[in-house]
Amino acid sequence: MEKISTEIRKRLVTMHQTGSHFGSAMSIVDILTVLYFKIMNIPSPDDPDRDRFILSKGHATSAWYTTLAKKGFFPEEILDTYLDDGGQLYGHPVRGGVPGVEASTGSLGHGINIGIGMALAAQNDGKDYKVYVLMGDGELQEGSVWEGAMLASRLKLDNLVAIIDANKLQGFDRVENIQPINTFRGKWEAFGWIVKEVDGHDHGELEATFHEVPFKSGCPSVVIAHTIKCKGVPEMENKFESHYLSVPKDKVEQYVKELDEER
Amino acid sequence: MRRAFINTLLELAEKDPDLYLLTGDTGFTILEEFQKRFPGRYYNIGISEAAMIGVSAGLAMSGKTVFVYTIVPFVTMRCFEQVRIDLCYQNLPVKLVGVGQGFTYGTAGATHHAIEDIAIMRALPNMTVICPGGPIETKKAVEESMKLSGPCYIRLGKSGEATVHESSDISFTIGKGIKVRDGEGVALVATSNMVPVAAEAADLLKKEGIDPVVVSMHTVKPVDRELIADLSQSCFLIATLEEHNVIGGLGSAVGDVILEEDLPVRLVKFAIPDVYAPVVGSQQYLREQFGLTPGQVFSRIKNEIL
Ligand SMILES: [Mg+2]
Repeated sequence: MEKISTEIRKRLVTMHQTGSHFGSAMSIVDILTVLYFKIMNIPSPDDPDRDRFILSKGHATSAWYTTLAKKGFFPEEILDTYLDDGGQLYGHPVRGGVPGVEASTGSLGHGINIGIGMALAAQNDGKDYKVYVLMGDGELQEGSVWEGAMLASRLKLDNLVAIIDANKLQGFDRVENIQPINTFRGKWEAFGWIVKEVDGHDHGELEATFHEVPFKSGCPSVVIAHTIKCKGVPEMENKFESHYLSVPKDKVEQYVKELDEER
Repeated sequence: MRRAFINTLLELAEKDPDLYLLTGDTGFTILEEFQKRFPGRYYNIGISEAAMIGVSAGLAMSGKTVFVYTIVPFVTMRCFEQVRIDLCYQNLPVKLVGVGQGFTYGTAGATHHAIEDIAIMRALPNMTVICPGGPIETKKAVEESMKLSGPCYIRLGKSGEATVHESSDISFTIGKGIKVRDGEGVALVATSNMVPVAAEAADLLKKEGIDPVVVSMHTVKPVDRELIADLSQSCFLIATLEEHNVIGGLGSAVGDVILEEDLPVRLVKFAIPDVYAPVVGSQQYLREQFGLTPGQVFSRIKNEIL
């Protein structure tokens, strides 16, 4: 499992020689690995009973693409065309752009409400699938997130799981220096969700926590995953600049080597 | 028109177990019957329009046919970006139903006037824009919207709208205007609640020996290019009528076709001259302020011709 995450991160190092959001993608790799390889049941990307995943922080989509390719939903060579003219892989996900991408996102605060619609359909149709929505911590500044937070608990959607990639950083600075929301456990609880906090890079802890979903029958669940932005690249870890910077060509080898050694 | 809408929806919901209705806490005295008969498919989302559009997308992505109902500004503008991305970018068959076309909620103030909705909905790729001219067209529009594979916006009034059709059995196709009456020389091409105004203005013109064609251009996008070209053969003047801003609505859509097809016809637009209503007014009063009553339409057309 850790090996899969390392492979994904190494791939991201090469992909991110162009474009931004390298750090945002590296931040969520372990969450995606655990969900796709241990938790979610997706026999095929169009199976009507599959578990659903929505990447609400769409700017980290390179990590999603790579996970889907590792999962075998499309050939890994397609990853080489990331951001290429005429290609399939935009810098924000497009529904159906490649198999497994469930929803088009990129503007923040949209995913939770789409997820609510999917979870509601499952509930009404008596289907067992769960809906996982991954958001950033900066994203929680969008009001539409809290419209959805209110709604999901009223609708008793215990098949809905929100995951917060709490890397404490956003576009300009640390989240706490821009719009402090570091008490967001209490906020989610006040909105009727059951909260669990985990180390967002600890596969065992993530897996055990996701297995406990729903944390309480009749309530939506939220996993606050404490993460490190740009996890796996020591000189970029925890730096908000990793939101923008591409990987310099002469650093690729070093970063890949460090990832191998860390493992 | 709201009544025509809900009665049609009740019939459709009876046949289609996947039909859902969402409201943003509006529709008092209109939606209760649906709620009673289909409780598991009716959701008052609350005063959370952004969430409502997202939820409609998620339901549509799970195989549901979703109607989203609230007042025009709140279903088109408040949640514009959700409409753009969740519905149009993803091309989902969600039907936005906006109540209160133009100055329907006149005295409520410009927050509740719907004068930019056609323009902004038209600008969205994949979006179909339907503005039925009265209750009979509303029923047909709702039925026909079920055939669309992408999103649509249906612009309604409230209650008591006149109809220009003698029978409820009209032929209605999305994207095809309806010739309400035939004539020549002048064409009054109206949409939404201005269709009855066009018909009345035509009556007045007839007394002066002018025999205008009257068209209900219920679909503003895609607009009926063929019909416009056809009108340009028999008419030297096309007047567009809409209770909407002069920018981006029916007049703009028709004007585009005239220019692009190089049609030999003059265009006169009856619309709101790019202002918010400066005084308090009922629908009738505000129409008078902006030259949108049958008598004013009649006078201006007469002046244009002479
Ligand atoms: Mg962050």
